[in-house]
Amino acid sequence: MSSKIKPLKYHEKLNFSPSLENTDSLSLKKEYQLFINGRFQKPLSNKYFASINPANENKIAMVAQANEKDVDLAVKAARNSYESHWSKTPPKERAKYIYRIARIIQEKAKELAILETLDGGKPIRESRDIDIPLAAAHFFYYAGWADKLDYAFPNRNPKPLGVVGQIIPWNFPLMMAAWKIAPALATGNTVVLKPAESTSLTALKLAEIIQEADLPDGVVNIITGPGSTGEMIVNHPDIDKIAFTGSTEVGKTIMRSISSTSKKSTMELGGKAANIIFEDAPLDQAVEGVINGIYFNQGHVCCAGSRLFVQESVYELILRKLKDRMQSLVVGDPLDKNTDIGAINSKQQLSTINNYIDIGKKEGADIFQLSCDLPAKGYWCPPTLFTNVSQSHRIAKEEIFGPVLAVQTFRTTEEVITKANNTPFGLSAGVWTDKGSKVFNLTSKLRAGVIWANTYNKFDPTSPFGGYKESGHGREGGLHGLSPYLNIE
Amino acid sequence: MQFTINNKVDKVGIEDRIARITKRSLKSESKLAGLKMVLSMIDLTTLEGMDTDKKVQQLCYKATHIHNELPDLPNVAAVCVYPTMVKTASNALKDFDVKVASVATAFPSGSSSLKIKIQETKEAIFNGADEVDMVISRGKFHSGEYNYVFDEIATIKETCGSDVRLKVILETGELGDYDHIRFASEIAINAGADFIKTSTGKIKPAATLPITLVMLEAIKDHYYNTGKMIGMKPAGGISNSKLALQYLLLVKETLGDLWLDNHWFRFGASSLANDVLMQILKLKKGYYQSNNYFSKD
Repeated sequence: MSSKIKPLKYHEKLNFSPSLENTDSLSLKKEYQLFINGRFQKPLSNKYFASINPANENKIAMVAQANEKDVDLAVKAARNSYESHWSKTPPKERAKYIYRIARIIQEKAKELAILETLDGGKPIRESRDIDIPLAAAHFFYYAGWADKLDYAFPNRNPKPLGVVGQIIPWNFPLMMAAWKIAPALATGNTVVLKPAESTSLTALKLAEIIQEADLPDGVVNIITGPGSTGEMIVNHPDIDKIAFTGSTEVGKTIMRSISSTSKKSTMELGGKAANIIFEDAPLDQAVEGVINGIYFNQGHVCCAGSRLFVQESVYELILRKLKDRMQSLVVGDPLDKNTDIGAINSKQQLSTINNYIDIGKKEGADIFQLSCDLPAKGYWCPPTLFTNVSQSHRIAKEEIFGPVLAVQTFRTTEEVITKANNTPFGLSAGVWTDKGSKVFNLTSKLRAGVIWANTYNKFDPTSPFGGYKESGHGREGGLHGLSPYLNIE
Repeated sequence: MQFTINNKVDKVGIEDRIARITKRSLKSESKLAGLKMVLSMIDLTTLEGMDTDKKVQQLCYKATHIHNELPDLPNVAAVCVYPTMVKTASNALKDFDVKVASVATAFPSGSSSLKIKIQETKEAIFNGADEVDMVISRGKFHSGEYNYVFDEIATIKETCGSDVRLKVILETGELGDYDHIRFASEIAINAGADFIKTSTGKIKPAATLPITLVMLEAIKDHYYNTGKMIGMKPAGGISNSKLALQYLLLVKETLGDLWLDNHWFRFGASSLANDVLMQILKLKKGYYQSNNYFSKD
């Protein structure tokens, strides 16, 4: 590109007028209780905490904080319902309940999407088109497995584990609840689930849906609270298994806590995925995949493609295309249908991201950010990329969990495989090339649980998801997602 | 010059990108601005064997008096006709800023000798065409004779000279894969096209959003390589406002502000104008009017 040619401009004509989602379908309570034994109960702690809308810092509702006694009640309810009836309920009957939950999620899809966006800050486009449909799809999919476990594991006499404790993160609140609850129920377990402190509300809506679906009391218990409540679940002696999605740091703590117990575990932890563009790739679509890989859900995605590796011969070209594409990203009110990048989930996460941006600058990397107006209140971070990054920079090594991309170059296939694998994480990766043989070569050598070729961030309940190395163990989704909830001979 | 297919297009990726565009939402003022922009970009078209002078005169009147009840509307960009109708259109439009576009080069099949194609182009220009819409030789393209395709376009551009703008119709419905469409776009651009255009309107599928995106990306790469702007014209099958606005959003997010202008972007359409008018009136009055209130010429 000649230096005389002016970069294209994207902001002067045909700008969007506000196009806000209508929120009439949403019904909200002022105060949310714990869902234990089929009923909403006041917490024995008598404590409540506020759930904040990160786009305007307004309080949405007060949420109960479970203490040790509340956790114990929830586990007892789960144990009791497991022993007295759920473990004896015919698999076909279990399936009916799960199907029912799936259908009610679909019926209430709009309300759930709005609430997910209000509570978590993600764009309505994503909660409407991705989070909620995938949550329903997960229940539908696992409902189908409930009466076919003997076929999934022939001659191995699959049996449920008992009571499972499930702790989920704030990035995909309802979807993560679905990923956890659906396979647990299909395999005949009972559940104590704790959503993340900053995004409890859709899980509590799910509790209402579970009530409406007439699921027997105590089969699913949903209790809310901060990390310490999660710790109580982890350490409760009557829990048979912990399923956790969250940071690698907390995952390690949980593994230490349960190491001397018979508790089983599934861990879906952090990531620092490599997205690799070869010179023979469909470049425009690769750029789209990079955008989708890192800026989806404000980068709050464990499988986000946060490290971009570009073959040197197309580096300038890719960078130009990437910067142009970033110009048409809309940052702002998550309830606006045109918003691509919503609010950062919490004040704390924003300061983590900003800290990494400072570190990147101090380490000598070059920053490029979309220049756009950000709302005065709320937590915001414009889409950001760093060039002039090397493998030893902290922004290329550590999980930022925000809309921040670290761009590096490579010359040969061998080099990029080495660099991509040079990380303690191993959750996902992306490969962009028009050459099929190159795809197969890389997918067999990259140490990552999920590898996308010529696309990124595609999810489906039939497809297993999970990590290598410090990105965790166990798989969720697909047939593979059943076995972590079963004793198999 | 040796041509090879260099720039790859991934079908799944391009269609994913379009899915995001079609979920954009244009409301109130931005919708009205968009609708007026669409109107100003229309090449009002009649390309029928049964076209007559009277029919073309009526169309030209429509082009210059789009809806008398609303005086602040822009005129359409051009009237697009067969070469035999150029004189009629040219006379009817002589006092207006509406261009006369003529199809040429044995439209729509392009199956004729270069000599005849040159002659036809010359006549259209002599009779007053401001713009020429030629078709490429798709058979030659498929048999790998890329130089033939290139030379033909270059020759017709030479015939047009610098004053008459040349639109090159790729007839994407006959080209097959997106890779081919991207490659044909590059050939046309390098051979001297002022505009690249999707379709004749005689073959289905005609214009689609993904095809248009592939062509816009070719235009963009050419801009960054040379600094030169090339126009884009999707044609055929764009008959309602919603779809037309999605095309505009595609231009907005791919090429940006410069191309949101009827000098660089056109719609080849016959029935689109009335639907746009209907939507504009709906925005102004709050209710839809019967289509009998809009002239069908």
